[in-house]
Amino acid sequence: MHVTITVNGTKQSHEVEPRTLLVHFIREHAKLTGTNIGCDTSSCGACTVHLDGEAVKSCTILAAQADGGSVTTIEGLAKNGEMHPMQQAFMENHGLQCGYCTPGMVMAAIGLLNENPNPSEDDVRVGLEGNLCRCTGYHNIVKSVLAAAKK
Amino acid sequence: MSITQERETTVIGQRLLRREDPALLTGEAKYTNDLVIPGALHLAVLRSPYAHARIKSIDVSDAASMPGVVAVYTGRDLHPVWAAPMPCAWPVTTDMKNPAHFPLAIDKACYVGDGVAAVLATSESASRDALDAIDVVYEPLRAVIDLEDALSDKTIIHESLGTNKSYTWPLKVEAKEGAIDEAFKNAAFTVSERYVQQRLLPMAMEPRAVAAVPQPFGGDITLYSATQVPHILKVMTAITLGIPEHQVRVVAPAVGGGFGSKLNVYAEELLCVALARKHGAPVRWVEERTENTQATIHGRGQIQHIELAADANGKLTAIRVRLIGDMGAYLQLVTPGVPILGAFLYAGVYDLPQAYDFACTSVFTNMTPTDAYRGAGRPEATYAIEVAMDALARKMKIDPFELRKRNYIKKEQFFDANGVQVGYTAFHGLNYDSGDHLTAAQKAAKIADYDGVRKQQAKQNVAGATKRIGIGMTSYFEMCGLAPSRVLASLNYGAGGWESATVRVLPTSKVQVVTGTSPHGQGHETSWAMIAAEKLGVAPEDVDVLHSDTAVAPLGLDTYGSRSLAVGGVAIAGACDKVIDKARSIAAHQLECAAEDLEFTKGVFSVKGSPDKAVPLAAIAFAAFTAHNLPDGVEPNLEAQYTHDPKNFSWPFGTHMCVVEVDTETGKVDVLKYVAVDDCGNQINPLIVEGQVHGGVVQGLAQALYEEAVYDSDGNLKTSNLAEYLVPAACDVPPITTDFTVTPSTTNQLGVKGIGEAGTIGAAPTVMNAVIDALSGLGITQLDMPASPNNVWNAINKARGGKQ
Repeated sequence: MHVTITVNGTKQSHEVEPRTLLVHFIREHAKLTGTNIGCDTSSCGACTVHLDGEAVKSCTILAAQADGGSVTTIEGLAKNGEMHPMQQAFMENHGLQCGYCTPGMVMAAIGLLNENPNPSEDDVRVGLEGNLCRCTGYHNIVKSVLAAAKK
Repeated sequence: MSITQERETTVIGQRLLRREDPALLTGEAKYTNDLVIPGALHLAVLRSPYAHARIKSIDVSDAASMPGVVAVYTGRDLHPVWAAPMPCAWPVTTDMKNPAHFPLAIDKACYVGDGVAAVLATSESASRDALDAIDVVYEPLRAVIDLEDALSDKTIIHESLGTNKSYTWPLKVEAKEGAIDEAFKNAAFTVSERYVQQRLLPMAMEPRAVAAVPQPFGGDITLYSATQVPHILKVMTAITLGIPEHQVRVVAPAVGGGFGSKLNVYAEELLCVALARKHGAPVRWVEERTENTQATIHGRGQIQHIELAADANGKLTAIRVRLIGDMGAYLQLVTPGVPILGAFLYAGVYDLPQAYDFACTSVFTNMTPTDAYRGAGRPEATYAIEVAMDALARKMKIDPFELRKRNYIKKEQFFDANGVQVGYTAFHGLNYDSGDHLTAAQKAAKIADYDGVRKQQAKQNVAGATKRIGIGMTSYFEMCGLAPSRVLASLNYGAGGWESATVRVLPTSKVQVVTGTSPHGQGHETSWAMIAAEKLGVAPEDVDVLHSDTAVAPLGLDTYGSRSLAVGGVAIAGACDKVIDKARSIAAHQLECAAEDLEFTKGVFSVKGSPDKAVPLAAIAFAAFTAHNLPDGVEPNLEAQYTHDPKNFSWPFGTHMCVVEVDTETGKVDVLKYVAVDDCGNQINPLIVEGQVHGGVVQGLAQALYEEAVYDSDGNLKTSNLAEYLVPAACDVPPITTDFTVTPSTTNQLGVKGIGEAGTIGAAPTVMNAVIDALSGLGITQLDMPASPNNVWNAINKARGGKQ
């Protein structure tokens, strides 16, 4: 089947198998490998992207369901060579180690601040419940998101 | 953060932001499965659904005719390809039993997940679709899941061995024969405890991935793998497949965490190489998470019996430990060595006389092989001694902190009569180079408000209270920085423990550092640049760090066992010293003075007493490049290689404390406060050190409260994905208060120790001691991990006389 999705502002039109997940469309058809796959049960959140402005796990959606939609991935955040404030906050607060969960975590964190621009520490911890990290113990991720909220 | 000892440095000790981050934060970094490899075939592995079954027949004909399928192989088809079985590098005893283990099983599947057939296809989905069409006839056999059942040999897993026992490894030290029995007989207090170190799933966020790219007309093969150990993998690939070693190149691209699970040589790596060579085409494989829970090693898996003997004051007089180690179905790279890495630490940080009796018997079971997982043997040992110390304190009816104070190795015991720090030689002969346990513990107690919590506890934990608080502590010594090669020889390990570094100053005075360590989240590029910058007097941004590609960094022993800084970082400092020595001789030639008359400060050589007679390193680098005017006998270029073989392990230590509140109605444990006071000697980059502690603590806390690989009696892994295996999320864990003391190591020039595993070593016993402390008033003195609501509630219910 034919699916057309605008990814980071560029129209991506591809012939895909009907079972193709949005994450596979992004990685294999749009050739953007910044979005990672960490599980097969929609538990880890590594594949989180924005679909029409909302943070979603791109393994829970078929590419066909996103047909005609607009997706932002981690590659689409930096503008004019400057990282997004959330990316900067993660760097300044050592909010990442191996980096594998990071693209999904950053996309989820931006989604969280879109809904709640002034979260408490608990709000951040609960808001990021769907994104797993094995390296940081979350301490500096939470710090990063709180710092980004203040920017 | 506070540092108790200040040093004069310009770069080392700064909280430099990580240079790795921009690529990782923008999606630019490439993990193995992100690599674009034209023409690659995709490998998928059919895995046994039985824990223990004879393979009667395999029919691959339907699968082979499916669209996109290139070939299908069974274990028997591929048997002639292997020059040697999969490697186990650590035969801990001369009579250790080690069954031949091939990438695909041949006659028998020995765990759920054991590979039995392989499909090559033109796409990932075609390769996986074809798995369903392979027809395997199995004869299921009784599964051996329980360790004590395994020891009974009622069902033998590897018939040719005649037993499920792999080895027994003893470490008995007593001043004179019978001294240990005597100590137990004469003890004023004894405790005898049994602990279960449940199996854990490492769950690095990046599942494993492999791509093998053959070059039939030059160079043979390049293997890309999500591995911690490209150098070890290179040697083992050459041996297992009979490929000349110099024709194998291994690259570890960006690697998404390891925690020991990528410290191995895996079937899929060898299958990709073998099939890429056979088909003359690249072959790649990526692991699904469910597959990862079965096909990637598990951690822990021990039953521990520990007995302590103490005199009337609580001073330890003897320790006896008996372990049963769960090897799983086969021995992977260092499987049998994991319990042995802990064997020296069951006396923890305490001043024990020569009365120590340790023995570990390890057995095969029908489960995924175990191997190194963050801490590897040392968290298990620390757990046993620290939870047993609390049990002893309860028996003596004294405060557990007070009991520890009576037993700590004292600071002055690390010094000789002349005040020289010679280290403390323990009963087993290993020398702990430095330590100050009481200071670290007192600092932790102050931050955690130990006395205040005790007062609050007395008020709160009254009869009928449904919210009970507890405080727990752990004082640990971590034996890491693996490792002095001669000590490894005595433990029968199959390699040395050195690390290599090359430092070269380029013609334009930029610096390249080549390291044999292989980072996967630890920030080596940032920290190693800081070390070279400090030594050479250049800016850190002028230093590039090259690693994780055996064509670029041919010598190395990789990253595990908190070794990277204490061994690899020290190698970089040593290589810098050699570069400076060479530069000094060129500078002396230019300045027409003796080399001894020059001092090197902040990147400039100057004549002592005549600071205007000076030449910067940058000028020397250019002179070494042009080679127009070098002293006789000095080779052009400014480069040096140095291999550091550590004199001793590194011995980080510290005290962790934790305050919990347990809801007796629901069994839920809330961690109210977690304090980690660690001492890893001098810190290169405190920002990174703190991050290592945070992550380590949460991994240990997760063992205490959440995680457990659960098998049913037929050997099915019931927690085989991230929906069923509880890796904690941000809302499940507390913020971590980190602080430090700084007791520099005396065995390396940087004064550094390791920090990668310390958090995990400290956390599990700290949390469990707090939970048991909260519940001891209800008569609960023992609780197996994880202290999940279900397990805690059951323990409370049982203590109240309720039905299980």
